[in-house]
Amino acid sequence: MKLSLGRLSSYRRHKLAAPALMIIALLSIGTTFSIASALPSTSKMEATAQSTMIDEGKQIFARGCSSCHGLNAEGSSIAPALVGVGAAAVDFQVGTGRMPMADMSQQAMRKKPVYNAEQTAALAAYVASLAPGPDSVNDAQLTWERDGNTAKGGELFRTNCAMCHNFAAQGGALTQGKYAPTLMGVEAKYIYEAMITGPQSMPKFTDKTITPAEKLSIIKYIKAAQSEPALGGASLGRVGPVTEGLLVWTLGLGLLIGIAVWLASKAR
Amino acid sequence: MKKSEKIAGNVANYVDERTGAAKWLKKNLTKVFPDHWSFMLGEICLYSFIILLLSGTFLTFWFDPSQREVIYNGSYAPLSHVTMSASYASTLHISFDVRGGLLMRQIHHWAALIFMAAMIAHLMRIFFTGAFRKPREANWLIGVGLVTLGIVEGFLGYSLPDDLLSGTGIRIAEAILQAIPVVGSYLAFFAFGGQFPGHVFIPRIYTVHVLLLPGIFLALITIHLMLVWYQKHTQYPGPGRTEKNVVGYPLMPVYMAKAGGFFFIVFGVTAFLGAVASINPIWLYGPYTPGQISAGSQPDFYMGWLDGLVRMAPPLETHAFGHTISWNILLPGLIVPGILFTGMALYPFIEAWITGDKREHHLLDRPRNAPNRTAIGAMSLAFILVVLINGGNDIIATHFHLTINGIMWFTRIGIFVIPPLVFVATKRICLSLQRADREIVLHGRETGRLVMLPHGEFIEVHEELSPEKKFTLTQHEQNLPLAVPNTDSLGVRNPQGIKGKLRARMSQANAEQVPAPSESEAKALEGGHH
Repeated sequence: MKLSLGRLSSYRRHKLAAPALMIIALLSIGTTFSIASALPSTSKMEATAQSTMIDEGKQIFARGCSSCHGLNAEGSSIAPALVGVGAAAVDFQVGTGRMPMADMSQQAMRKKPVYNAEQTAALAAYVASLAPGPDSVNDAQLTWERDGNTAKGGELFRTNCAMCHNFAAQGGALTQGKYAPTLMGVEAKYIYEAMITGPQSMPKFTDKTITPAEKLSIIKYIKAAQSEPALGGASLGRVGPVTEGLLVWTLGLGLLIGIAVWLASKAR
Repeated sequence: MKKSEKIAGNVANYVDERTGAAKWLKKNLTKVFPDHWSFMLGEICLYSFIILLLSGTFLTFWFDPSQREVIYNGSYAPLSHVTMSASYASTLHISFDVRGGLLMRQIHHWAALIFMAAMIAHLMRIFFTGAFRKPREANWLIGVGLVTLGIVEGFLGYSLPDDLLSGTGIRIAEAILQAIPVVGSYLAFFAFGGQFPGHVFIPRIYTVHVLLLPGIFLALITIHLMLVWYQKHTQYPGPGRTEKNVVGYPLMPVYMAKAGGFFFIVFGVTAFLGAVASINPIWLYGPYTPGQISAGSQPDFYMGWLDGLVRMAPPLETHAFGHTISWNILLPGLIVPGILFTGMALYPFIEAWITGDKREHHLLDRPRNAPNRTAIGAMSLAFILVVLINGGNDIIATHFHLTINGIMWFTRIGIFVIPPLVFVATKRICLSLQRADREIVLHGRETGRLVMLPHGEFIEVHEELSPEKKFTLTQHEQNLPLAVPNTDSLGVRNPQGIKGKLRARMSQANAEQVPAPSESEAKALEGGHH
């Protein structure tokens, strides 16, 4: 080794040494660069796409949202700041048609979405780019049919959700005209996103309070409640005894009094 | 004589010789009852009570009134392996694993609602026609007692399954109990055997629900019916009907057939409701745990007005001598209902005091001919309806897109404003109807037929009423207000004080009426064109 090194070092003053080194250095730099630049070419394309999406989202935001939420989503006296709400919040609010709001009454209601899926995704990307927040939920996460437990979900639902959404997820009244909407027919994705973002009057259920697995159970319970057949006959709206009382005074007593009138009149 | 007739005769003879039943039966089977649909409201109560006894007995075969914790493993999958009380689990068992169990549960609950609704309708009929007057005050009191007990019995009944909704109701009942000043906490501890929810409350109310209260019901209903039998049924006024007779059909065979048939109709309607309409779906509510609650938790309708009162009560509390008085519960939960039910129970005596009438009454009033009473009844109903609206304020808010606070404020103000308005309006409507009666008796029915007289005048032909109709419209008594003297025999002013003044004033209001046409008035109009 010593010898070979010594022999190699003896060439260091060779007149071709400098050009040779230069060639080697250039080659290695070139190769490294070409390898380095060739490897992430796909992710770079994605990043470009992402930035176009964010730009697109920013444009949509400027047109459709900024009048209330501010040009940089900083919020205003009539609408909250959207910095840090995450893509999930945008996906929920815009995807269910709640935003843009049609009127500034008590609360945004579910309606036909104004933006299509692509535009919604662009808006979500833009808002997510402002500050980190909960990401939108994709189908791969929504394995409630496989991983959920209806009974467990029912218990969680009654503890955390039923106080506003009613025992059978039919919705309920809140103060000042606000309300917890019915969960019948709501897509699993939006139920999940509502839990992690806490839209309107709803509290936010982080993954610490209710784990993702528990969230799936809750979704499974809601879906089970939705598809449960009316076991005792007409369900009367599943809102408790008010409709039962209404039915007994109208149909029940009405029928009986009608028959009593008939029985008493036949005797004449 | 056929052989079968001979055997029947011998059997009847055997019984008669030992009991003397023939004479009693002969007398009572021919007892006459008047016929009117409104007289059958009480029958609906009786029949639904029988249905309640039968279906309730069926339910006791499987119901386990225990707050022992069990893990459910019955056939209702959404609750499998959930920890719950034995009473909830056994109610699920009745609903899903006992043949016909759910139908029976629903028949029992619908029958309870029909029982309560029919009792209230029956009570309204008695009130508005003045059937509570002498000699029937005692029966009125029994009736008020039955309604009160019915509310309690119904509440206990839907509390038994220990589902989320019923547990919520029990919690409110506990709060009302606790709101009783000074002794409230002790009473609550006594009833629950310690802290809420404890382990003893459901077994206790089960005994009360299936044994004590049904027993009291049975006794009161028996006395109620015996009094009707003994005092005879009231009847609506009409030709040939007096205070001394009863016009109608004999018990046997007409009423036996009618009443028997009507029982099966009531049973049929109840079974129909039980078969087609879900009631108290406890499996959806889930088992009760004090940490849970559902939006839109409501009591059954007969408790709904109480809930409405509690919901509208302002948050008032007093602290005195180491005790807290929660007016926000005490006032709506005990004081206002207490005033209402005491007023209802005492009404016959109050009215008798106002009118000074000590005679017996077997002929009913047409509600318009007692404007004051009708107006008081309508006013009370308006009050109950307004608070009932507040009892369902959350359901009304979601279904009609209103604000719950708006409804609450509407009813808070409404309970003071609407009943008096209803009183005035009802009284005016009654007097107008009296006026219309007078008009039609004196001038006959407008036929809409125009006739031109020879000299060119047009008149509308009025058709005279039949004498029967005229009698019915004019037979009612028109009593003058009580004359309360201003001075006593020695000339001292105001001998009865404020009480006398009040009585005179109320008597005057009570006697406000449109004079019924007298015979002379009718005569004077005869001959002349109408």
